[in-house]
Amino acid sequence: MSIPKVIVLSGYGLNSEAETLFPFTQNGATGDIVHINDLISGDKQLADYQILAIPGGFSFGDDTGSGSAYAARLRNHLWEQILTFVQADKLVIGICNGAQILANLGLVPALDGKYGDRQIALKHNTTARYECRWVDVKVNPESNCVWTRNLYTLHIPVSHGEGNFFADAATTKQIQAKNLIALQYTHPDGTLAKGEFPYNPNGAMLDIAAMSDESGRILLTMPHPERAMLFTQRDDWTLLKEHYLREGKELPTVADGMAIFANAVSYFG
Amino acid sequence: MPHRIEIRTVTEDARARILQQKITAMGFAPPAVSDLQLIDVYAIDKDLTFDALKQCADLLTNPVTQASQIDKGWIDLPFDQALETGFLPGVTDNVGNSAQQMIEDLLKTKFAAGEAVYASQLLLLRGSLSPADTEKIGSALINPLIQRLHIKSAGDYLQQNGMDNLIPKVRIQSKATADTVNLKVTDEDLVTIGKKGILDHIDDAGKAVRRGPLALDLPSMQAIQAYFRDTEMREPTDAELETLAQTWSEHCKHTIFAAELDEIKDGLYKHYIKRATAEIRASKGNTDFCVSVFTDNSGAIEFDENYLITDKAETHNSPSALDPFGGAVTGIVGVNRDTIGFGLGAKPIINRYGFCFADPRTTPELYRGKDKTFPALPPRKILDGVIAGVNSGGNCSGVPTPQGFVYFDQRFSGKPLVFVGTIGLIPRTSAGRPADQKQAQVGDKIVMVGGRVGKDGIHGATFSSEGLDSGSPATAVQIGDPITQKKLSDAIVKEARDLGLYNAITDNGAGGLSSSVGEMAKDTDGCIVDLDLVPRKYPGLSPWETWISESQERMTLAVPADKVDTFNALMTKRGVESTVIGEFNASGRCIVLSGGQKVVDLSMDFMHDGTPHKVLTSTYTPAKHEEPAFAQPSDLAKTLQDMLSRLNVCSYAFISHQFDHLVQGTAALQPLQGSGQVNSDATVTRPLFDSPKGVVTTQAIFPAYSDIDTAAMATYCIDATIARATAVGADPDRIALMDNFCWCDSTNPERLGQLRRAVEAVYNTAVAYGTPLISGKDSMFNDFKGFDKDNQPVLLSVPPTLLVSGLSVLEDVTKAVSLEPKLPGDLVYVLGETKDELGASEYFAHMGETISGHKFIGNQVPQVNTISARKRYQTLHQAIDKRLVASALAVGIGGIGTALSKAVIAAQLGMEIDLSKVPQSGIPRDDHLLFAESASRLIVTVRPQNQSAFEALFAGQTMALIGTVVETPTLILTTASTSINLEVAKLTKAYQEPLAKF
Repeated sequence: MSIPKVIVLSGYGLNSEAETLFPFTQNGATGDIVHINDLISGDKQLADYQILAIPGGFSFGDDTGSGSAYAARLRNHLWEQILTFVQADKLVIGICNGAQILANLGLVPALDGKYGDRQIALKHNTTARYECRWVDVKVNPESNCVWTRNLYTLHIPVSHGEGNFFADAATTKQIQAKNLIALQYTHPDGTLAKGEFPYNPNGAMLDIAAMSDESGRILLTMPHPERAMLFTQRDDWTLLKEHYLREGKELPTVADGMAIFANAVSYFG
Repeated sequence: MPHRIEIRTVTEDARARILQQKITAMGFAPPAVSDLQLIDVYAIDKDLTFDALKQCADLLTNPVTQASQIDKGWIDLPFDQALETGFLPGVTDNVGNSAQQMIEDLLKTKFAAGEAVYASQLLLLRGSLSPADTEKIGSALINPLIQRLHIKSAGDYLQQNGMDNLIPKVRIQSKATADTVNLKVTDEDLVTIGKKGILDHIDDAGKAVRRGPLALDLPSMQAIQAYFRDTEMREPTDAELETLAQTWSEHCKHTIFAAELDEIKDGLYKHYIKRATAEIRASKGNTDFCVSVFTDNSGAIEFDENYLITDKAETHNSPSALDPFGGAVTGIVGVNRDTIGFGLGAKPIINRYGFCFADPRTTPELYRGKDKTFPALPPRKILDGVIAGVNSGGNCSGVPTPQGFVYFDQRFSGKPLVFVGTIGLIPRTSAGRPADQKQAQVGDKIVMVGGRVGKDGIHGATFSSEGLDSGSPATAVQIGDPITQKKLSDAIVKEARDLGLYNAITDNGAGGLSSSVGEMAKDTDGCIVDLDLVPRKYPGLSPWETWISESQERMTLAVPADKVDTFNALMTKRGVESTVIGEFNASGRCIVLSGGQKVVDLSMDFMHDGTPHKVLTSTYTPAKHEEPAFAQPSDLAKTLQDMLSRLNVCSYAFISHQFDHLVQGTAALQPLQGSGQVNSDATVTRPLFDSPKGVVTTQAIFPAYSDIDTAAMATYCIDATIARATAVGADPDRIALMDNFCWCDSTNPERLGQLRRAVEAVYNTAVAYGTPLISGKDSMFNDFKGFDKDNQPVLLSVPPTLLVSGLSVLEDVTKAVSLEPKLPGDLVYVLGETKDELGASEYFAHMGETISGHKFIGNQVPQVNTISARKRYQTLHQAIDKRLVASALAVGIGGIGTALSKAVIAAQLGMEIDLSKVPQSGIPRDDHLLFAESASRLIVTVRPQNQSAFEALFAGQTMALIGTVVETPTLILTTASTSINLEVAKLTKAYQEPLAKF
């Protein structure tokens, strides 16, 4: 089995790099946290890695639109390297601020292979407020996304001010037709949230929580799988613990988000 | 010519819709304002070609949702009034700064000095509103201390093709040299200089214009006068006087806690606080877990064999009263720097907050000036601004903010209390050195990193040492730039520290460079600084201003000469400005140069130890209130619901949801618990993914009890802190505390008497519990001086307030216990005794307000039996450690009635409780039983199979089984005379509704 090498970007206010690298290494990958300026200076090369993760954070303070400034910096300095990376058989994930960066870079959905073409936007939440809360999402069984393979539902948190998926009608139609929606917000009973707050925390159209490109190798996700990787990260683990204790079972160590990282690592296995 | 790029959202705009709701709430419902457009404006003060501007516009516009225009108005849009809000010159403009960086990166060109991008927001309002209405809306949206307003009717807008392109460039011309100040003056003049500041000039009307308060009292001014007359034999410069004012300020030197008080020669701090910790540590012997107490920017305790955790809490009350957003942002990022500035640099891992406001649904009329001038901000605006500030500062910094509280009392309407705290993680050793220790060495370069210096924050330290009045300086207000600090923090804590590139680091907070450099120079006994090297935001600052400015996001380091190049190169690579501004030496002098002139030349000894010995006396008069006389309400179920809707009891989930409490992936026990989402008093964080250890944090505050007895107040705060920490799993013998005193009118002997009682109580209680204090802070003048609407003078003092923060290490986070009962059939216990203690309780306040419009107070304030309580906490800890406890909740404001209600709300299950089984003494009636706030009580639920093991542990202690958890979501409380039967849905509504729409 080949061991993939993960690059997690940092700098300018990205802040979730450590917890994003951890679940990859837990699943057997190796990796580095690399400051964007070390890629720009050439001290590090994107080509040396198989998985690119752009973690959550507040790059440039969300000024001028979340993710836009960091995306502009990547585009200004590293576009050729990025294009080469995404066109190879490699994986990319953008989580939260990373998702906003991927949208602004035009890496998702990149309909018709048009990498670099901004086709969707992540608008302000309909509450016009930052929302840090736990949600339930379901995986689109028709999606070809590598990251969400063999998964069904996830209990996972969101934490963002701008996560409201938007695209024009023609783009939306193609996103649906091509099954690019990876995750959708649901009620706790598994039915779609249908835009109902707080189950859909931001007003995203079609309850979209995560989306991939057509290859299924690039995932843009507003929910944070890395904040739902360990059992004790769950908001309800103390209740689950009582059930496990009374049933005489061992407490689990991982939570729903871990499988997303395991899928990525095993892609190279 | 400056240019202007305007960007409009062409799809549904949530921000605009919410803003319109806000404007509707101001009284401008349609048709006054029937629609609005929100437009982001970037004024670019730089010559650019149209082609370059087009590239900039494309860069700043999201093509999926937005459209832009360059150098022209939106003449096709239907609107009636245009209203633009932007910052005043010199106010930190983060969006403008980010846009400028983006443009520089895109065009591969640097903006020259004086060139900049300024962000503003334009509202195009449609409706029948008048220009005066527009002005009113605009005034409600901005804070005039930091923001500007520009209004145009649609007619003028069309005729002039848009708004005027106003450029808020700083144009100041302070003197480039230092002035000398004549101190050969009368004591009366010394008092004036100390209180109002150095004379700057005489204005055209012949009025003396002064530079703002030095906050130096007469003995301090006399000591300075004597020093310059006898030792230096010259007059001081303005910079020297300002330096001493900063260094000796109450804010920095804690003169009241240090002063001799009555017969306490060594002062309150040394005699009580520091001594308590020393005695506790000695008695703990080899179980002492403290590592660094009171000496550094934070205190520190052991975490595991490799790491320490640090803790520090601060207040930012005065700045938050004037500019709630800016005050709160700078508060939270400031206390983060107390973490980064601990030892060689700790990583901030948890933020916490605590806000004391007036009821945001009220609008008290208070003015700082006579004749209705300088109005105080309304409570709602302060609340919104402070919450938005911690939201921005905490969220942008990537530090989780799980734990906090909000407390309401009308006495906070003149000055809110804004507590912010940060816990850090630091390895025990870094680059082969103990990381909790630091010392600047002779020859080390003085390096300033982070933001640049501007006029902002001047007189911040001295200003918070005074009450708030109309003379409070606007320049004390500042806005934080969390991303500049985040870059700095990452570069230091994640890289430079472990490369061993510096010997010492400290925060540039109160007093700016004068305090940070002055403080570090104690290590070597001297320093020399050249102000010409200090990077400034704009030209025109005087030397003294550069030296004491509190411009944010800066730290000062001592970097060995042979490592300076490596250090600076690393900072540059991380986008952090880093500049050598001087050198530490052993000259015994603090010397500051500007333009080749010595603007400060002070002996280190005088600077740090020249403060005159202060002697204070206190008096104490016990409070005596009328004992409330009212009959028990006939409908206790309704009373219970009303109690849950009290602001001091109800949910503040709206804050928890907007403060990111999950970042860093370390959450273990979260701020909202159970499916009913009840705010928890304590949270648990797991800072290392590969270690099961956790950090318990909690806080407690009970200002109301000070109305009866500040000693009872302080004792209760410590007891509640330990109860809350223990409830989630902390070992009560391993809790570290911090004290933050927020007092009032502290030159008044009666207030000092109250303070003395409180500090004595802190000593007694901390020693009794064996809980050391590791850090603390005080803010002694939380008073509002001004006028009411009838022009009558008002002195509005906050109730004497102590915030106690608790910190503990949990061996195994999977043993943490949340507050919600878990499963039907579980047994409900109450631990501890309920007494007839309703003095200053929330229930008396409620009944008083209901019956007479004023709170009842009474006299029976809760007392603490530390001996039985300590045993109870230790036993509870054993039970939790054996996994015998399914849920635990410390009883607090509102007593058992609200505690049981919160439990069922959190679980969304019911309970059947026999209240007559609650251990009690002297309780005359059921309402007292429900709402008495007696100390050291907990509600605990236990799985039936664990009953005997649990009860055996508590043998001989005051506790009782009072009922069971049931599936049916109803809370049933019975006594011999009463039966309360309440659906959990109703309780939930009562609990969640009051602040739900905030």
